[in-house]
Amino acid sequence: MKEIDYLAPSSLGEAYAALQNGKTSAFLAGGTDIIVQLREGRKQVDQLIDVKHIPELTSYAWTDDGGLEIGASVPFAEIYEDDEIVRRLPCVIDCATLVGGIQIQSRACFGGNIGNSGPAADTVPALIALGATLTLGSAGGTRELALEDFFTGPGQNVLEPGELIIKINIPPQPANSGAFFHRFIPRNEMDIAVVNVGARIDLDASGERIEGARISVGAVAPVPLYVAAAGDALVGETPTEDTFARAADIAADAATPITDMRGSIAQRVHLTRVLTYRALDRALERAREA
Amino acid sequence: MTTTEKPDYKVIGTRPIRPDGVEKVTGKALYGADIHLPDLVQGAVLRSPHAHARILSIDTSAAEAMPGVLAVVTHSDLPVVADKVLDMGEGASTASDMSKNVLAADKALYRGHAIAGVAATNVHDALTAIEAIKVEYEVLTPVLNVQDAMRDDAPLLDESRHTRTPSGEESEDASNVAAHNRFEGGDVEAAYAEADVVVEREFDTKMVHQGYIEPHNGTANWNSDGTLTVWTSTQGAFAVRGALAELLQLPVSRIRVIPMEIGGGFGGKIGVYLEPVAALLSRKCGRPVQLTMDRTDVFQATGPTSGGHMKGKLAVKDGKITAAEVSLAFEAGAFPGSPVMAGAMCMLSPYEVENFKVDAYDVVVNKPKVAAYRAPGAPNASFCVEQLIDELARETGADPLQFRLSNSAREGTRMITGVAHPRIGQEETVQAAQASDHYNSPIEGPNRGRGVAGGFWFNAGMQSSVVASVNPDGTVNLIEGSTDIGGTRASLAMQLAETLGIEYDSVRPTVVDTDSVGHNDVTGGSRTAYASGQAVYEAGLDIQQQMVARAAQLWECEAEDVEYADGALRHTSDSEKTMTFAELAGKQMETGGPLQGRGSVVARSPGAAFGVHVVDVEVDPDTGKVDILRYTIAQDVGTAVHPAYVEGQMQGGVVQGIGWALNEEYYYGEDGRMENASFLDYRMPTSLDLPMIDTIIVEVPNPGHPFGVRGVGEVPIVPPLAAIANAVHDATGHRFTELPISPRRVVEELHNLQ
Repeated sequence: MKEIDYLAPSSLGEAYAALQNGKTSAFLAGGTDIIVQLREGRKQVDQLIDVKHIPELTSYAWTDDGGLEIGASVPFAEIYEDDEIVRRLPCVIDCATLVGGIQIQSRACFGGNIGNSGPAADTVPALIALGATLTLGSAGGTRELALEDFFTGPGQNVLEPGELIIKINIPPQPANSGAFFHRFIPRNEMDIAVVNVGARIDLDASGERIEGARISVGAVAPVPLYVAAAGDALVGETPTEDTFARAADIAADAATPITDMRGSIAQRVHLTRVLTYRALDRALERAREA
Repeated sequence: MTTTEKPDYKVIGTRPIRPDGVEKVTGKALYGADIHLPDLVQGAVLRSPHAHARILSIDTSAAEAMPGVLAVVTHSDLPVVADKVLDMGEGASTASDMSKNVLAADKALYRGHAIAGVAATNVHDALTAIEAIKVEYEVLTPVLNVQDAMRDDAPLLDESRHTRTPSGEESEDASNVAAHNRFEGGDVEAAYAEADVVVEREFDTKMVHQGYIEPHNGTANWNSDGTLTVWTSTQGAFAVRGALAELLQLPVSRIRVIPMEIGGGFGGKIGVYLEPVAALLSRKCGRPVQLTMDRTDVFQATGPTSGGHMKGKLAVKDGKITAAEVSLAFEAGAFPGSPVMAGAMCMLSPYEVENFKVDAYDVVVNKPKVAAYRAPGAPNASFCVEQLIDELARETGADPLQFRLSNSAREGTRMITGVAHPRIGQEETVQAAQASDHYNSPIEGPNRGRGVAGGFWFNAGMQSSVVASVNPDGTVNLIEGSTDIGGTRASLAMQLAETLGIEYDSVRPTVVDTDSVGHNDVTGGSRTAYASGQAVYEAGLDIQQQMVARAAQLWECEAEDVEYADGALRHTSDSEKTMTFAELAGKQMETGGPLQGRGSVVARSPGAAFGVHVVDVEVDPDTGKVDILRYTIAQDVGTAVHPAYVEGQMQGGVVQGIGWALNEEYYYGEDGRMENASFLDYRMPTSLDLPMIDTIIVEVPNPGHPFGVRGVGEVPIVPPLAAIANAVHDATGHRFTELPISPRRVVEELHNLQ
């Protein structure tokens, strides 16, 4: 392992400058992925830019219209220890409490999980289901894009050289909606998802008809999938076992997984159906409690 | 549960705190990589990226010229050694195979096989230097399982290897099968013809690792006087000394092995990997050299245990198992020496089976050379036999425990080796399981099931040697040479305290190096509490005898008139004349000088261990995940010296068995790369995957030990694989004959996915 420079900018301006100093960089947020990748020689860079000292990245706040903006390096533990987030956005808590163990959660963050861009990233299907967007920044300014448009392949994304993730924006959720995220792992802890699914159901005022739905599936394609067709198929329907099963079939059809040490193609397609159905069922429960 | 009346022990059977406990829980204990020496330098090992390749050339010149690099070694730095068999205590190997495993000679035989070692002033320079070593390989097709390896047209790992056949002759053609052994008795065909039911199935298991938390390490200092000192965490300092003597062609007297604390071994820390390389590097650079592995190295380049293929055919007539025909083919890894014979000899030993034909094949494949792993060979073999027994019980409508009881081996029953069992506790153990609260509670609810299985392990005896020095304050220093893995400092101190009739706290045990005590075989084979316990007992008797003589001298009487009991000396006819152990300990100078007891044994009556397990599972039919709801283990332990450690051993074995049954496996790509060489993807159970494991201690004393001790540590890993498979069958109606019974395998089977 060669020597690596460590930089700790205290403002976005300093961070942008560091990104343009001609060296290859990696971001150090929680460090739970990058440090392992560097130590195992899976990634090589000239410098690590610590993004835990930039105010815009280390804070979170509710917006006036009821949305939640989470700085890219806010650790998961800070999020799931906030009672208001627990109450208003349980789906965020579903994923924040699943990434790693307690020690990891006190360091790891949404920005890191998204920036690492693993196809099985546990926060992503949950956030896609909630309709989250990202704010990206560079010396040239900022831009916002839908989370599902961020990923381009395993470990790859649309970040341009000189650009970083500033925050994750979760828009205000519809009145009678509920969202749920879960994953399947072979053990009960400390594992990477074989399949993970986030789902949101928006009911009409009567609570009998579905007005909208968002379904996202991870670990079954080179990038986390937003399966719009599966959600669209539920619009105008009543929430029943049959309609959920149909949506689950559409999600399973969208899956194009590989066979590896974590699961087989057949298993993952099957689990996509099982988990989508179960996620919709739990999301419906939450929508009805809302 | 006590099945015979137990003597009124004072110390044995209590649960004192272990002498090494405080150091360990406060982080002060020194493990292998904690040793720091003046001038110590670090090293790194270049490993083969190919599973099977001919090494055409190795050019180390660029690496040697790099800054900070002090020495580079390859196989050519090792002396030529003969094909002499090296018995390491649990698993033997030839010196030449071991030499080729330590540093590859003409071929790399598995991915991760060590090719060269580098010592440098720091580990970063060493890691940079190994990348500068140029190795020219001719990549060959890897052979990755026994069935492929046994085909006539299989690529050969070693063109000069022939099969040693049951007749003792060598096969005509070269082969990947190193040995084929057979046990035969009675007439299986006649038994099948008369049977009520015959069941026949094939089984497959995967290579699995012990998963000890501390990676391998080795620190060596080749002194300028030609002596070699080695610090390492090992199960057997004397085994390491013996192996180094052969590999480096040094007299044992020139080698001193200092055992560090060990972070788990389970059989996997008996062989040598880094120690000889560190020694060669130290000889070259004149400084002490330390080598350590990371987890990937541990998985890829140390010794897991075999996977393999098994075929079994069992018959029942009038409730009795009348025939068993079993064929076992186990992966040895890159060099011969799988535990297939142990598996073959264990799997039927809990039962009386008159007609049998057992074939055992030791097969080399392009995977790391296997090492011992807790009752090596027996869990795999029992996975086959105990499922077939379950099926026989079901087919004949018998209760699975009652079926095992009515077929149980007892004193005098001959094993397939022809050896008759001495007094054993197989029947008592089955009865304990039958009487358990668990077995008498109904299993209710959908997708739930219960399974049982039994298991046997020989246990080992072998050599142990201790010295006990009496201090003037009445305490005793116990000098021993057995690596303490499972609490043996405590259990040996307890046996000495019991022998001498003194308090446990009065005995201070220390594990010393190979220069400081007589030979001790490995902490393995569940032998230490038993065999070193016997040596400790003899050392205690030696002290007793000397004290009696000294009391007689003080009292001016004959030794026959002095009695030693309950930690005190008494004149048998003069009640005024008594002396405690501590009082006489204080009079050493005036009674003849320092008092030392010694005990040296070749222990030959280990007393076999039997276990019976009961497990309840729930299977999620949609995801295929198996949850363990409840687990109970009954085991004959002879005498539980320290019941808490006995229970810990029982539970620990079950935990490893659960991992083996449900998720653990070496997952290989076609190129022979282990794709899951990390604890993330090599899925050992976490605490959240396990229920409380209830233990039932059965005590049928071993007549071959003064306190009735039997080995405890290994047999608890034998039954879980089959017990869980039997429970999953009960829950789902599907018989899983291939390990692991992972969610993937279960869901693919239940939903017929392909």
